[in-house]
Amino acid sequence: MIPLSYYLVLSAILFACGVTGFLIKRNIITIFMSIELMLNGVNLSFVAFAAQWHALSGQVFVFFVMVVAAAEAAVGLAIIISVYRTRETLNVDRVNLLKL
Amino acid sequence: MNPNFNLWVIPVLALTGAAINGLFGRRFPKQVVAAVGLLFTGAAFLWAARVALAVFSGSVLLPHTELLASWIRSGSFHADFAFYLDQLSMVMLLVVTGVGFLIHVYSVGYMWEEGGFYRYFSYLNLFMFFMLTLVLANNYLLMFIGWEGVGLASYLLIGFFFLRDSAAAAGKKAFITNRIGDFGFLIALFLLIQKFGSLDFTTVAEGVGKLPTEAGFGLLTAVGIFLMVGACGKSAQIPLYVWLPDAMEGPTPVSALIHAATMVTAGVYMVARSHVIFDKAPLALAVVAIIGTLTAFFAATIGITQTDIKRVLAYSTVSQLGYMFMACGAAAYAAGVFHLMTHAFFKGLLFLGSGSVIHALSGEQDMRNMGGLRKKIPWTFAVMTAGTVAIAGIPPFAGFWSKDEILWQVYSHGPKILWALGLLTAFITSFYMFRLWFMTFFGEYRGKLESGDHGHGDAHGHGHGHGGIHESPMIMIVPLVILALLSIGGGFIKAPEFLAPVFATGSVHVEAGHGEGAAKVEGAVTEAPESKSTEYWLMGFSVGAGGLGLLLAYLLYHRRPELPGRIADGISGLYRTVASKYYVDEIYNWMLIAPLIDVSRRWLWRGVDQGGIDTVVNDGAIGAREVGEIARHMQSGNLRSYAGWLAAGAAVVVAYMVWLGVR
Repeated sequence: MIPLSYYLVLSAILFACGVTGFLIKRNIITIFMSIELMLNGVNLSFVAFAAQWHALSGQVFVFFVMVVAAAEAAVGLAIIISVYRTRETLNVDRVNLLKL
Repeated sequence: MNPNFNLWVIPVLALTGAAINGLFGRRFPKQVVAAVGLLFTGAAFLWAARVALAVFSGSVLLPHTELLASWIRSGSFHADFAFYLDQLSMVMLLVVTGVGFLIHVYSVGYMWEEGGFYRYFSYLNLFMFFMLTLVLANNYLLMFIGWEGVGLASYLLIGFFFLRDSAAAAGKKAFITNRIGDFGFLIALFLLIQKFGSLDFTTVAEGVGKLPTEAGFGLLTAVGIFLMVGACGKSAQIPLYVWLPDAMEGPTPVSALIHAATMVTAGVYMVARSHVIFDKAPLALAVVAIIGTLTAFFAATIGITQTDIKRVLAYSTVSQLGYMFMACGAAAYAAGVFHLMTHAFFKGLLFLGSGSVIHALSGEQDMRNMGGLRKKIPWTFAVMTAGTVAIAGIPPFAGFWSKDEILWQVYSHGPKILWALGLLTAFITSFYMFRLWFMTFFGEYRGKLESGDHGHGDAHGHGHGHGGIHESPMIMIVPLVILALLSIGGGFIKAPEFLAPVFATGSVHVEAGHGEGAAKVEGAVTEAPESKSTEYWLMGFSVGAGGLGLLLAYLLYHRRPELPGRIADGISGLYRTVASKYYVDEIYNWMLIAPLIDVSRRWLWRGVDQGGIDTVVNDGAIGAREVGEIARHMQSGNLRSYAGWLAAGAAVVVAYMVWLGVR
């Protein structure tokens, strides 16, 4: 059986990749995908713990996260399309109307 | 069982008048303001007169206490809104409401042209309220409320013309000087609470009655001396008298009511009210006598040299208050209160009369610019003559009876030196009062106003320079005449006999086991067969002193008016010292006020405030700004940098948790 720590390390790597992508990429779609990566990194640790402790609550939580992620994707993609239509760019650094 | 007089109504009537004029007076026409002011004071006087009639008819058993409501109850200590009526408060009640009402009437004429007419009457009624609370209270704490309240009213009225710097400063001086006295009064009250657990007059008197007479310095002596400190402040005695002459900045009727007839006598009333304490503390009594005598003497000498008509009267007031304390110091409280009463009549009259002179001369107060006014303002001249003769102690006018009583009591109960100083003071008093009289009413007119034969009799405001010397309107003359009659006949009121029961109960004589205590106090007159002739001798002395003063003033200020100047030049050093009021103001300034200001400026202001408090506040603000200067770079508005900070923060937290786990 694969030890728990392997899952956790993989989960941390996935999360770190997501954070890094979120911080350094300028394309809004890539940033969006980085967020999904972070969520799924967390999901992985949830199911790993659930399997380890034989507790279902971790798995239930994963479903909740998925639902939220789906909702977020729906809203987020709609915003992205709307932004692209008005600004004709996907570079977040140029979407800075609210900045002082 | 005594009937219920509802004594509380008397002060509350005055308070109602003050409230109505104070709150709505600005919108009222002057006639309504005056009507409200007079109505409520007059009603208070009538109420007091009703009570007095019941007392004089003998149907009331004195002392009589009425409880209105409980006020403070804390453990075994309690102080109530309760009113106490005995012969002493009866006399005070009649003097305050009676003289107060007359001065209200006079004020209508005097203040008619002044701004703030409603404010004036509101303050005046407020003063009446507090003064009546003071004299009717049945415990020291309620008395203290009145005590502080009259101080407030006095402050407001001295500073009535607050646009004048000198008036505002005089008001402050009076208030601050009185604080020093009040400090002493409060300490005395604390000592009483600690010892007797109560501030009720009767409870304290009972408690004191059980204690032995103190030979040296004990608790009662301390209480007595601290009470006297309070009385010194309120009644303008050495060393706290300096505020009273400056208080003449207020309108003249205020000087008459507050700074001559009523408020300044509160100290005498308080000492008389506390007579049981003083009876058991001979040392405190000696302090009272010495302070009173010295004040009487020194203030009288200053009075000789003053040229402002109101200032002469102010120093005269200080001096006469000294007489009252002299009497109290000789344990002749009844004589002191008798003099208080006659003084209220004749000094109120003199102040109002001087107001009438000032009014006639359109605001002139310097006697060097007066003279020869006797034909021009005959009514004022007549009433001023009555007042002057009364204060000079010439029989059978009021001042003679009370002053002679005091001198006799001091002679028979105190050291002879005090009596000698008192007699000398009587001479000086007569001299400076007749000096005022001659300088004002006789000789040639030395002022600039042209003679007032134009005869329009309506009430002019003074100080507007409308020309012409004119007699005051009837509304001012009538109170003057009534007070003049009281000054002439007031001495025949048997006040000492009426007051005797108050000072007999629990007095030192009863405790000393002489038996017939009540008779003993009255017995001053019938003490011994030879004392009767002594009394006549002394009476002769005091009449002689008064007559001598009149004669000297006549010689110096009427027959040979050039002489005083030459005498003053001859003893210029002494003259200048006295004319500068012994430099007391300067000495206080140099010894107390200047160091205080210096310490305040250098330590409290520059050191503590600027150096300490300001530095902490300012440096705190500067520090916050500098931290903000650094931290504001985090708030770039760049979304990804926020996320970066977030991640970094999370990383730090995780690292910390890991470190905790590893450790």
